[in-house]
Amino acid sequence: MSAVIENHHDDHHHGPAKGLTRWLYTTNHKDIGTLYLWFSFAMFLIGGAMAMVIRAELFQPGMQIVEPEFYNQMITLHGLIMIFGGVMPAFVGLANWLVPMMIGAPDMALPRMNNLSFWILPFAFFILLSSLFMEGGAPNFGWTFYAPLSTTYAPPSVTFFIFSVHIMGASSIMGAINVVVTIMNMRAPGVTLMKMPLFVWSWLITAYLLIAVMPVLAGAVTMMLMDIHFGTSFFNAAGGGDPVLFQHIFWFFGHPEVYIMILPAFGIVSHIIETFSRKQLFGYSSMVWAMLSIAILSFVVWAHHMFTVGLPLAAELFFMWATMLIAVPTGVKVFNWIATMFKGSITFETPMLFAIAFVVLFTMGGFSGLMLAITPADFQYHDTYFVVAHFHYVLVPGAIFSIMAAVYYWIPKWCGNMYDERLGKLHFWLSFIGVNVTFFPQHFIGLAGMPRRYPDYALQFADWNMVSTVGAFLFGVSQILFLFIVVKTVMGGKKATDQVWEGARGLEWTVASPAPYHTFTTPPKVD
Amino acid sequence: MNSEAKKTLRRLVIAVPLMFAFGFALVPLYDVFCEVTGINGKVFQSENADKLVIEEGRPLGLQFISTNNENMPWTFEPSEKVMTISTGKYYTATFYVKNTTDKKMTAQAVPSVAPSNAAAHLKKLECFCFEQQELAPGEEALLPVKLLVSNELPEAIENIILSYTIFDITEYDDEALAHHDHKDHHEMEH
Repeated sequence: MSAVIENHHDDHHHGPAKGLTRWLYTTNHKDIGTLYLWFSFAMFLIGGAMAMVIRAELFQPGMQIVEPEFYNQMITLHGLIMIFGGVMPAFVGLANWLVPMMIGAPDMALPRMNNLSFWILPFAFFILLSSLFMEGGAPNFGWTFYAPLSTTYAPPSVTFFIFSVHIMGASSIMGAINVVVTIMNMRAPGVTLMKMPLFVWSWLITAYLLIAVMPVLAGAVTMMLMDIHFGTSFFNAAGGGDPVLFQHIFWFFGHPEVYIMILPAFGIVSHIIETFSRKQLFGYSSMVWAMLSIAILSFVVWAHHMFTVGLPLAAELFFMWATMLIAVPTGVKVFNWIATMFKGSITFETPMLFAIAFVVLFTMGGFSGLMLAITPADFQYHDTYFVVAHFHYVLVPGAIFSIMAAVYYWIPKWCGNMYDERLGKLHFWLSFIGVNVTFFPQHFIGLAGMPRRYPDYALQFADWNMVSTVGAFLFGVSQILFLFIVVKTVMGGKKATDQVWEGARGLEWTVASPAPYHTFTTPPKVD
Repeated sequence: MNSEAKKTLRRLVIAVPLMFAFGFALVPLYDVFCEVTGINGKVFQSENADKLVIEEGRPLGLQFISTNNENMPWTFEPSEKVMTISTGKYYTATFYVKNTTDKKMTAQAVPSVAPSNAAAHLKKLECFCFEQQELAPGEEALLPVKLLVSNELPEAIENIILSYTIFDITEYDDEALAHHDHKDHHEMEH
């Protein structure tokens, strides 16, 4: 963010280089964090624009705006871009900015690899987006790219899609390795594992999940590549392969992946609720154990995404119970957040509003998840808008609200200026209303039987779809306000104190605001 | 970077190719798992005939279904749609197949059994699905499957459906497919 440059204008010794090369060659964790965050914001807007196309088409029954083929490309790219371009890079950006400052380290452990892991990302998404202009169009098989839809019946651009997923995977793996090496080896003396801030804990666990499953995703797309171009039959029944196998491999990656997108949010929300409740977090160690249990359980629940493929009864029961078991550690976390707020001196600044909305709305998404976990019921819900409502509740007011909360919470530390509280609150309320108006009705139309991934629908779903579209545009437009607020804060505003928030604890609040280009070059003393 | 950090780094870097390999290891693991548990309705070639106990058991309905995959133009249907058989006895059923095109074509039939917990008890000694079928233009054939349903079939099952989907594999790399098949069936025999 440019304010950082200006503040260190005359500090030739330790300040950043000038101009574009600063960003190209930088190995500074704060610069790279900033790059990640801006990149994810750009992807959020592109993926959001695609969501607007989808909702505009669904405003009324019948085909209005786009061709069905293009609609399929939109749902595919919307999913891929929001997951791999929006949420994941945003969390990596936050990890870059915050993990070294929270553990009292001068930088990430592998600064050059850090630069590489960011700079390959724009290429991955350039390749993915360029497929829109290729013959046959962009990938159109949904973000889950089930074979044989993504192999035998895929457009030629699928090969570009495969390579872009390879690059995204390489970027995530490098980022994750960097985080683990940093956390395991660069903590300031006195910062023991069980004294680490929860955001650091959440990222340590997330990084291990990434290292475990991103290579499996790379394997899955490599098998697709081989089936398409080299005559193998991993997923081709005629050659002895099995399309159901694809779903097993994909969801072995895919389920831990959904926790990769929510664990860092747990860390963020814990910090914010603690700060604005002006109390110590309730149940720190149970929070850590809950995240660990969720991470471990995430490896044994994948088949709940595929109850309807014809699993044997024993497997259906196993995956149902294992999935429901996850509600226990998740419930512990929600309990702890509420217990932290209980009898606290709460104030409702923008980050706190987003954090409280997170707790409420994420829990709702969790409950619809429990409904989906019930095998016999899932046969009814499978591939309906109920599923769409469920995962958008955990991802939008879940993951994305936590990212927005984090931006409001830490931006004074990043650029030294307070954001406009009035605008921040306006942004919160518009987003909160928008998100619920968009996704709550999707529960109803899903239960009534509207299937997902179709550009058209039966007349009885018309009213709620119209409501949903209105909400989507409200939510979409309010993100332009978010962009405006962030830019305005970076450009100037009320100067922030070093501690920024009255109740803020942790090493990152002990350094100046804005955080100097280099922090903790000598390790801080921690008791 | 200190040596501890290097050690952590080394471990993580090794973990990545291992997990990549694990993804591929899921392929044979999945086949073995399906074979051992008999789920997924997959039927594999059975061990030698003399090892099977042949003792007439209870009556059982056996239905045959044939499906043409997408644009497969051949005629493909069971000679008899339903058979009443007895468990523990050998039967041979046939499927009629005809290449209705004016090109030489190769086909592969892929079997499936419903209910899936019957699959482990359905023993096939011969099946056209173990081989590829190559037919000249207009050529027709009767394809045999020799099978036995073991007496251990769960009591609750009164009907078994054996379904075949026929795929056009003319344009596939024969070498690769043939190799795959060959390997599969050897595994089954052990």
